[in-house]
Amino acid sequence: MSLAKPDSQALSKTQKFGVAIGIIGLFIMILAFFNVDFPNKTLFLSLSLGMITVGTIIFSNNAYLTKQAGIQNDGVWFKSIASRGFWGWILGIVLTLFYIVLYFKAEWLGLAAKGEANSGLVALFDPLSQLLNGGPASQWFVYGTLYTVAILVFGYKFMLKYRKNRYEQLRTVSVMFFQLAFAFLIPEFMARLNSETFSLPYYDLKNIWPLNYYNFDKYRVDSMIEAGDIGLAFLIFGIVSIFVITPILTYKYGKRWYCSWVCGCGGLAETAGDPFRHLSDKTQVAWKIERWVVHSVVVFVTLMTTAVIYSYLGNDSSKYWLTKDVFLLSVAGLLTIVFALVMIFKRKELAKDAQYGAIGYFVIIMVLIGMHYFSGTKDVFLVKSYTLQSSYGFLIGAIFSGVIGVGFYPIFGNRVWCRFGCPMAAVLGFQQRLFSKFRITTNGGQCISCGNCSTYCEMGIDVRAYAQKGENIVRSSCVGCGICAAVCPRGVLKLENDSIKGRINSNDILLGNDVDLMDLVNQR
Amino acid sequence: MEHIVIIGNGISGVTAARHIRKLSNHKITIISAETEHFYSRTALMYIYMGHMKYEHTKPYEDWFWKKNRIDLKFGFIKNIETKSSTLYFEDGDTLQYDKLIISTGSKSNKFGWKGQDLEGVLGLYSKQDVDLLETLAPNKEVCKHAVIVGGGLIGVELAEMLHTRKIPVTFLVREDHFWDNILPVGDASMISRHILSHGIDLRLKSNLKEIHSDENGRANAVVVEETGEVIKCNLVGLTPGVSPNIEMVKRTNIETDQGVLINRFLETNIENVYAIGDCAQQREPIGHRKAVEAVWYTGRMMGETVAQTICGNRMKYNPGHWFNSAKFFDIEYQTYGWVFPEPNEGNEHFHWKHEDDTKCITIEYESATNQFLGINTFGIRMKHEVFDQWLTEKRSAEYVMEHLKEANFDPEFYKTFESEILESYSERFRMA
Repeated sequence: MSLAKPDSQALSKTQKFGVAIGIIGLFIMILAFFNVDFPNKTLFLSLSLGMITVGTIIFSNNAYLTKQAGIQNDGVWFKSIASRGFWGWILGIVLTLFYIVLYFKAEWLGLAAKGEANSGLVALFDPLSQLLNGGPASQWFVYGTLYTVAILVFGYKFMLKYRKNRYEQLRTVSVMFFQLAFAFLIPEFMARLNSETFSLPYYDLKNIWPLNYYNFDKYRVDSMIEAGDIGLAFLIFGIVSIFVITPILTYKYGKRWYCSWVCGCGGLAETAGDPFRHLSDKTQVAWKIERWVVHSVVVFVTLMTTAVIYSYLGNDSSKYWLTKDVFLLSVAGLLTIVFALVMIFKRKELAKDAQYGAIGYFVIIMVLIGMHYFSGTKDVFLVKSYTLQSSYGFLIGAIFSGVIGVGFYPIFGNRVWCRFGCPMAAVLGFQQRLFSKFRITTNGGQCISCGNCSTYCEMGIDVRAYAQKGENIVRSSCVGCGICAAVCPRGVLKLENDSIKGRINSNDILLGNDVDLMDLVNQR
Repeated sequence: MEHIVIIGNGISGVTAARHIRKLSNHKITIISAETEHFYSRTALMYIYMGHMKYEHTKPYEDWFWKKNRIDLKFGFIKNIETKSSTLYFEDGDTLQYDKLIISTGSKSNKFGWKGQDLEGVLGLYSKQDVDLLETLAPNKEVCKHAVIVGGGLIGVELAEMLHTRKIPVTFLVREDHFWDNILPVGDASMISRHILSHGIDLRLKSNLKEIHSDENGRANAVVVEETGEVIKCNLVGLTPGVSPNIEMVKRTNIETDQGVLINRFLETNIENVYAIGDCAQQREPIGHRKAVEAVWYTGRMMGETVAQTICGNRMKYNPGHWFNSAKFFDIEYQTYGWVFPEPNEGNEHFHWKHEDDTKCITIEYESATNQFLGINTFGIRMKHEVFDQWLTEKRSAEYVMEHLKEANFDPEFYKTFESEILESYSERFRMA
């Protein structure tokens, strides 16, 4: 580090003004949090959200539109907030505390007990909630609104930052749309449709199991079935999403169709989280930990969901065809088919990972067998299956995806949850690695090993390690954000959907060389 | 098992070491006086610009070397005694080798200007140079004005670097247009305009006369040869190219000229001593290539080749079609095959430029046969593989223009210009 801090990274006057406006907007919320009772909540909420938006727009316009379109990473590692400096830690701590309060102490935010009126921050959001769903706000409504505003305003900032790159702009429009429409507005309108006679679980339709691990819970399945055709359609859509739609889209485009074009977690990471993308850990050790952790989460979520569904199914096949035993057998059967197909056709690509896959498969099957022999009606292995789920919800849903996943953006980077914890990403990643046309292609011998690609990979992939060998990048964790290709100074990387043949090449193909030499280099 | 010693831990030396390890069980030692570990020299600029930290420029994690049994020794060699195969270090240490690879890279050129060794004058080649730059020019208050002398790739990088700290830059370039000793005038003038558009005070047809100093021996102004103008500054970047870094080799019985002289097998006049990368000079230049090729890619290729020879498969350095790349501020440049500043005898150029003045191509082809010889592309990424194949197949320029789509390597959803380029190419022949 230099002694004299490069002051060119200091904010301009206009940027300072933008930050000030945004902070005033935030301050209104802080006042509400400390129970200042604003006379006209509609006005103050609009003022607060409006100032945050306007502040960010002023800041972004000045930061990016005053420069030519190009890569805008100047001074990233000199900024305290973006390089784990003082402000980075402060932001990390504030975000983490917010998540802890949100998940575990919602009453501190002003959430009222049943039948009472909200106070504090939650009450500030009542007018907007009334407008959208006809009821008072909850802590989740507050969170959903802030989350959506964050994706929209930082999405705008991101689009200016990468205005040279249409791929980046289009996928940002996409995540902004899916957040606003699917995650935020549609569930609120669905809630409005519910009445005393008609009840349908309203939710973010693009949230697919296993990300949405509670989708097949008894109460949800029951209410969907009770809601008649439309409810049944949702139930079928939920099943089709993971077993049909997901594999097809992932085959055609890689997991990016979800992770960086649709998903809300990905949406926040790509927009508000973008300034922290370079903080991801690129070491080989981190990669090893990632694979163990994320695949353990998949195994866990599969077993847990199976246990939950198992627990509410009946034993009598004359009442309903799907009994406990039929269900267990079909889960085991499906997994066996997938496992067998992979082992038969994709053994070579998997190489060493095959044993880990086998271990995972073996664990699941043994547990399923155990479930059959050692379970009662409501419990699995003497543990209530919903207890299993609530501990998953606590550990993975709250602590991992919220507190660590977002709270630690300024410390571990913006995709910690997606990389280490998201079971959906792991399932898609598995498909992407083995059954997809997607890859990142490298351009012959043009790589100069500079390391921009690896540095700015939010998933911690050492992109350079492949590029400098002329090797395609086919990694299960790659979310296809396209930033590696954007920041490459020599035009070496390109995200592509192309034929399966020759997709995974572990050869050194560095063009410009003597052809005979290349043959020799590739002999091993 | 032999002891292979490599002097220099740049791309060529490290590539040689990696491939020798792949092919053999030899003991390998890499010696460097620059940094403990291999880093990417091409990434130095990004450290000063704050895109990366030094650690990110290292292509291999620090455990890599031990795991692959490649010994690293930090030290400066003052002499090589080839008779006894001994290296003498400055600190008195010695090291025996069985085979020696010299890959000491380049050093910045200085042409005997008055004041070129003053404090505040620097080149941009090594990690030490960037560290020095960080102390001399941490911000625009300490460094109020900088002058860069020499319009090559390093000069424009240094201009971009200083620009990110908002330090005003005057850029003295000898040529009529930036880099027009390499680029055709259409390309060179577009890049010149782009440099100007970033607020760099680009002075074409301007040479350095001398550098003035203050009473403390620090550079405080430069004098322009042509006009006699005195430009006040706190920093002078000398970037008129590089030359082989072989001061030490010159003291030995290893034959040198500009660089360490080698044959096509990368062998020097002394048995078991090889030279690769920037510091090596071919006795007979290969094709249109220069005898000294100071390019990342050629260093890498030489490293791969010498590894074969050392591991028992004596092999000629036989590079394929020429290619190279660079970036000028926001404009990426790639080249495949040969495009000369003026078409070679019997050849012609076709130049297309987009109206936004940030994208253009120039191709060179044989007038009589229309055979495609090479392309410069700016602002449009193109596929190495496709051009490599077209050059091998000796395709016509017309074929290349008609199939240019196949070579596009821009990210998805980018606007494409192939039909516009083809239109412009056809127009030229309708006119003729």
